[in-house]
Amino acid sequence: MEYFFFIVRRLMWSLLVLVGLSIVIFMIARVVPGDPARIALGPLATTEQVANLRHKMGLDRPLYVQYAVYIGGLVRGDFGQSLLTQRSVALDLRTAFPATLELVLATIVIATLLGIPTGVLAARFKDTWVDNIGRVVSLLGVVTPSFFIALLLQLLVGYYLHFLPVNGRLDPSVSFTPDITGLVLVDALIRGQPGVWFDGLRHLLLPAISLAAASLGQIARITRSSMIDVSRKDYVEAARAFGIPDLVTTFKYMLKPSFIPTLTILGLEFASLLGNAFLVEMVFGWPGMAAYGVRAILHKDFNAIMGVVMITGAFFVFVNLLIDVLLGTVDPRIRIRGARS
Amino acid sequence: MTVSGPNKGGPVLRVDDLRVAFSTFDGVADVLSGVDLEVHPGQRVGLVGESGCGKSVTMRAIMGILASPPARVRGRITFAGEELLTMGRAQRQALKGTAMSMVFQDPMTALNPVFRIGEQLTDVVRWADRRRGLRRTASERRARILEVLGQVRLPDPERIFDAYPVQLSGGMRQRVLIAMALLNRPRFLIADEPGTALDVTTQDEILRLLNELVRDEGLALLMITHNLGVVREMTDYVYVMYAGNVVEHGTTDAIFAAPAHPYTRALFACVPKLSGGRAYAGIEGTLPDYTRPPEGCRFHPRCPHAEARCFERPPSFDLGEQHHSACWLHAPTEAKS
Amino acid sequence: MSDLALSPSATPDESSRHRAWRRGWYRFRRNPAAVAGLVLVVLVVVAALGAPWLAPSPESAGTFVNFGERHQPPSLHHLFGTDNVGRDVFSRVLYGYRVSLLLVVFVLGLSVPFGVLLGLLAGYYGGWIETVIMRITDIFLAIPALVMALAITAALSPSLMNGMIAISLLWWNWHTRLIYTTVHALRHEEYVEAAKIAGASDAHILFREILPNCISVISVKVTLDAGFVILIGAGLSFLGLGAQPPTPDLGTMVASGANYLPEDWWESVLPGLAILFAILGFNLLGDGLRDLLDVEVS
Repeated sequence: MEYFFFIVRRLMWSLLVLVGLSIVIFMIARVVPGDPARIALGPLATTEQVANLRHKMGLDRPLYVQYAVYIGGLVRGDFGQSLLTQRSVALDLRTAFPATLELVLATIVIATLLGIPTGVLAARFKDTWVDNIGRVVSLLGVVTPSFFIALLLQLLVGYYLHFLPVNGRLDPSVSFTPDITGLVLVDALIRGQPGVWFDGLRHLLLPAISLAAASLGQIARITRSSMIDVSRKDYVEAARAFGIPDLVTTFKYMLKPSFIPTLTILGLEFASLLGNAFLVEMVFGWPGMAAYGVRAILHKDFNAIMGVVMITGAFFVFVNLLIDVLLGTVDPRIRIRGARS
Repeated sequence: MTVSGPNKGGPVLRVDDLRVAFSTFDGVADVLSGVDLEVHPGQRVGLVGESGCGKSVTMRAIMGILASPPARVRGRITFAGEELLTMGRAQRQALKGTAMSMVFQDPMTALNPVFRIGEQLTDVVRWADRRRGLRRTASERRARILEVLGQVRLPDPERIFDAYPVQLSGGMRQRVLIAMALLNRPRFLIADEPGTALDVTTQDEILRLLNELVRDEGLALLMITHNLGVVREMTDYVYVMYAGNVVEHGTTDAIFAAPAHPYTRALFACVPKLSGGRAYAGIEGTLPDYTRPPEGCRFHPRCPHAEARCFERPPSFDLGEQHHSACWLHAPTEAKS
Repeated sequence: MSDLALSPSATPDESSRHRAWRRGWYRFRRNPAAVAGLVLVVLVVVAALGAPWLAPSPESAGTFVNFGERHQPPSLHHLFGTDNVGRDVFSRVLYGYRVSLLLVVFVLGLSVPFGVLLGLLAGYYGGWIETVIMRITDIFLAIPALVMALAITAALSPSLMNGMIAISLLWWNWHTRLIYTTVHALRHEEYVEAAKIAGASDAHILFREILPNCISVISVKVTLDAGFVILIGAGLSFLGLGAQPPTPDLGTMVASGANYLPEDWWESVLPGLAILFAILGFNLLGDGLRDLLDVEVS
């Protein structure tokens, strides 16, 4: 029951964060740049035209009314019209977001599947060459700009080795629209098109690896340090004193509690993963939120910018909510007391 | 594994000249410099001394859990006639939690917070069974665990079995730790200041329970503590440790009747007396730096009776049949010159 | 209970502070990673400060063109080769470090004092002050920094100055959180209580008693941050939303050099490596300091 309330509390908090985010981004969009109507019409428009558009856009009403109108739209899934594409921003995002989502999901899979074992091994063989290699690799992952990794991979694997494609989501010769979930790998499976699935995977690999490097390094580092912390706990000494085999102690009694800090920090780190996704998408011409967002920024397309920021923020908040639920399943203290310890 | 012929009647645990050193930033720390002690079957032995005197290191060396930092261990630890420090890893591992077992000190940290009590206890039984080649079904193991949980007088063992540590009070968790130690029917038990983390009344209950269980099962007990009240109530024989040495040992009665070593005397003087005697302020000075310990008797820099020969290490002098002190004060007169 | 009461050891003498420093320096030197970090950081700072004297071709930092020497591969004459208008990439990298460090100093100079102040207030006063400050901080933590910086630079139009302002606006919250946790733990320390009883003002307690105890945490965090500010700044300018040409910015250089891949790899790869070295240096140094000062910063 306390767990239920914990989740409800986190849910409410997530909503509050989103409201806060919408206020911040609304202020930036409406207060900072001057007159959106003037920007929309360009410098050649007459004052009268601008005034007309201002009225049409509701810009002559008080700021809080404008915000209410904006929020009302958001609740209905309406982000307004894009100046650039002349389409509804919501519609544009519906094609851009799944591409980013697919990339991010692939990244998370790669980063956890490689990061956790790296961290565990480094902790288990602390101060040996295994640890040193693990630490160097994770450090390089953390400190190398993701766009630089992307460029290097593109250069080595793509141009020199001709091993994997370096641009886009699918080969131009493949005509396939992921119209079920929006994820190529999932939709190709559902539609039973293994050729498309394989092509999608080949295109996904390099961007996902570039993006995963930082998270992988971060996960390995946190896992290593929390495994080392846990290894000093009395309950680990107890497990040893009672002759529980080393492997069981490591992979059961140490790994599970060390997930708690790992998950917590990962939630915060997810923000930088989303930011890096923008950079990697640009390098690989990935048709996600970045291409759309950067174009919107260069053209001062504010509805589109606000849409991109809100969706990114909502994604982040949702992932953190998910992490709270996961933390609850790992840590009975959260389930029972309904609070983070 | 049973006590074999030649060992019958001998001590269940015998520690000879145990030396443990750690490499630290400041150099090599000689934490134990030749500890000798014996625990006989059914005997309850106390190991007392202030924090940092080497009690816990002694305990860890006996249990074989001196993991980190890397330690150099020399000397002999004989358990039931077998030499622990030289035996094979598998053999050593087989003893852990079975023939020799341990009650952990802090109920708040010695149980894993993210696993149910039942799961943790089951693992203790399961792996011990496997090492001993014992075949038991899951329900037999569960029955054994519930039995022991009842033995340590936990109400509703079924509920405890399914509980997480966070759902139990400190006293209950300490009982779980005692149960854990008893699960595989040990012959020898080390108890590391059980209950110190609890309030005084709960600690008292825990110690009474432990005392009863040890007597009922006829276990040999090595009780590590800094609490002289506990020593007096719960032990038959006492070793007093100072800075990695045993400075005095003897029957509990003998030592409480006439503490001999200056350190023991100072230790006893620290105990406030209910009779209204003056409270002693403590022992002047601090434990020595183990990387540069004082020569000879390690207590001499703090000792009111220190003299020139204290720079040589005193052997253990007999004060009676069952009372020995490692202090030059107790050297037989002809040894003085 | 009859615990042993031992008298406390003597108070540390005058030279113990000096000894602590020597011991710290000794331990730092024994940590090769930290020393490597220090060396890298020193090299970067020297390169940045000394760019006008060290650069073989200072004019390359600007709009200088030399079409006769465009796309030259690395050689003794041009260590890092030349770019698409014939500018010396090595010189531009040295000047690029100037821009990176300017970014670091500007962003941290603005956001750290602000974040620390809020953290001090929230941790010390508690109550509604704490609630308001920490909730706002949490909201800012939920905003992906790079994405938000994009939005802000978009609103202000892309330039180095606006990029710096955008990053500063997003950076303070980490320091607020960190200092808040530290102060929260310190709030009931004896020396704070003692100062209160002695009638010291809140300002005195905050800045004279508590702040000095946060210095080690702050310095570790700032060192690590320096690397991440460079990272995020490079990302911003890589997207064309930070420093604008002809400013010799490392991120911009990688982006424009990428147009000439794979043949003229040096134009993007070498500036990219330069970014990596700077971030690596601050990271190693920060980690080393953290181990040395034994503080938690996450």
